[in-house]
Amino acid sequence: MIKTDALIIGAGPTGLFTAHQLKLIGLDCEIVDNLDKIGGQCIELYPDKPIYDIPAISECTGEELTNNLINQLKPFDVKFHLNERVEEVKNNNGRWEVKTNKGKSFNTPNIIIAGGVGSFEPRKFAPKDCEKFEDKSIFYSIKDKTIFKDKIVSIFGGGDSALDWAIELSKNSIINLIHRRDEFRAAQSTTDKMNELVKKKKINLYTKYQLKGVRGTENLESIDMENDNKEVKNLKTDFVLGFFGLIMQLGPIANWGLNLNKKTINVDTEKFETNQKGIYAVGDICNYPGKLKLILSGFHEGALAARACFKLARPNEKYRFEFTTTSKNLLKRLGKKE
Amino acid sequence: MVKIVYIEHDGKSHSIDVKSGLTVMEGAVQNNLPGIDADCGGSMACATCHVYVKEEWFNKLPKKEDGEEDMLDMAFEPNKFSRLSCQLTVTDELDGLIVQLPSKQA
Repeated sequence: MIKTDALIIGAGPTGLFTAHQLKLIGLDCEIVDNLDKIGGQCIELYPDKPIYDIPAISECTGEELTNNLINQLKPFDVKFHLNERVEEVKNNNGRWEVKTNKGKSFNTPNIIIAGGVGSFEPRKFAPKDCEKFEDKSIFYSIKDKTIFKDKIVSIFGGGDSALDWAIELSKNSIINLIHRRDEFRAAQSTTDKMNELVKKKKINLYTKYQLKGVRGTENLESIDMENDNKEVKNLKTDFVLGFFGLIMQLGPIANWGLNLNKKTINVDTEKFETNQKGIYAVGDICNYPGKLKLILSGFHEGALAARACFKLARPNEKYRFEFTTTSKNLLKRLGKKE
Repeated sequence: MVKIVYIEHDGKSHSIDVKSGLTVMEGAVQNNLPGIDADCGGSMACATCHVYVKEEWFNKLPKKEDGEEDMLDMAFEPNKFSRLSCQLTVTDELDGLIVQLPSKQA
């Protein structure tokens, strides 16, 4: 059980700056994020796209913004728990007990949800029957590639993940690569390599097809795929892999008794607190009259939520507002003064 | 105002007046139409505002820009009439445009 003054859910720009604000006022905090890297939507959706409306930064990319925020956290010791999703939140005597899908648990008076539009999850195949074989013969990510040795593997997708795995697994498996069109969005060099393997008959390429259905009772036996002209082709296969990128899902947050409004959480505009005492929501995921889904709004919301956390984390102390330009306390925390 | 017809997957039809200059996605979201999520808010980064454009309208639309087809790879059950509604700006020429919504966005 990890005890902390505040737990932040989400390592996007809002979560990162909220951590900065918490540490600056002398609270400790930990951050959990379901992605394997820091940066949230900025790093997952638009790392290379320039952003023009961050105050005082006329232009920066999602990746640059993330790196700047990480740099700003350097004076502080903030613990990140990546690749982990918060599953359960329970109240215990006025404190919150939080459990992740990896079995880690936290005990904290404050939870700040900076979850964007939810956690990133793999996009799945459309046919319903696919669920039956999920994690047995149908996968959306690969943990152990040895299970595919000498088997028939059908890979769907046209991006880097699909092509990289088709190339890699073609060494020891029979590979079908299926994509909905003739163009691939994977890197040119990867696409060239794949085409080379198609010529050498190491990869069987089917374009303009999509998965229509799966067959098999106990084990997956074959798949049906269909093209735009509704022609169906059946392929024998042992495994199916789908690489269609990530989608944002609200996920377990929906079960925590919060006052939801579509995919957002209603908060007040003083503390950015939800209907649950000690649970705050900031950034894209929060909702209040006039809410703007801008990164700069997330910074403001996080700064105020951090001050609200102080009250619950240090009930016997009084929070005093201070400036970084003049406060010895703050400068000390920033490592600028002995 | 331009009339846009949104047909839900179960056949329910909504005829909505959308201000010229808005996108087909915004027209749906501002009128609380179910079936268009638009998670990324219109930055062509999520493919959850996917629609099927009625065949007779498909070729009247401005061509897809770079990146839209890539995003459609990730959409739920795309077909040859698929577009991202955040990339369709409403103009007077599109009066009467019919788009069908997929059974779900993800």
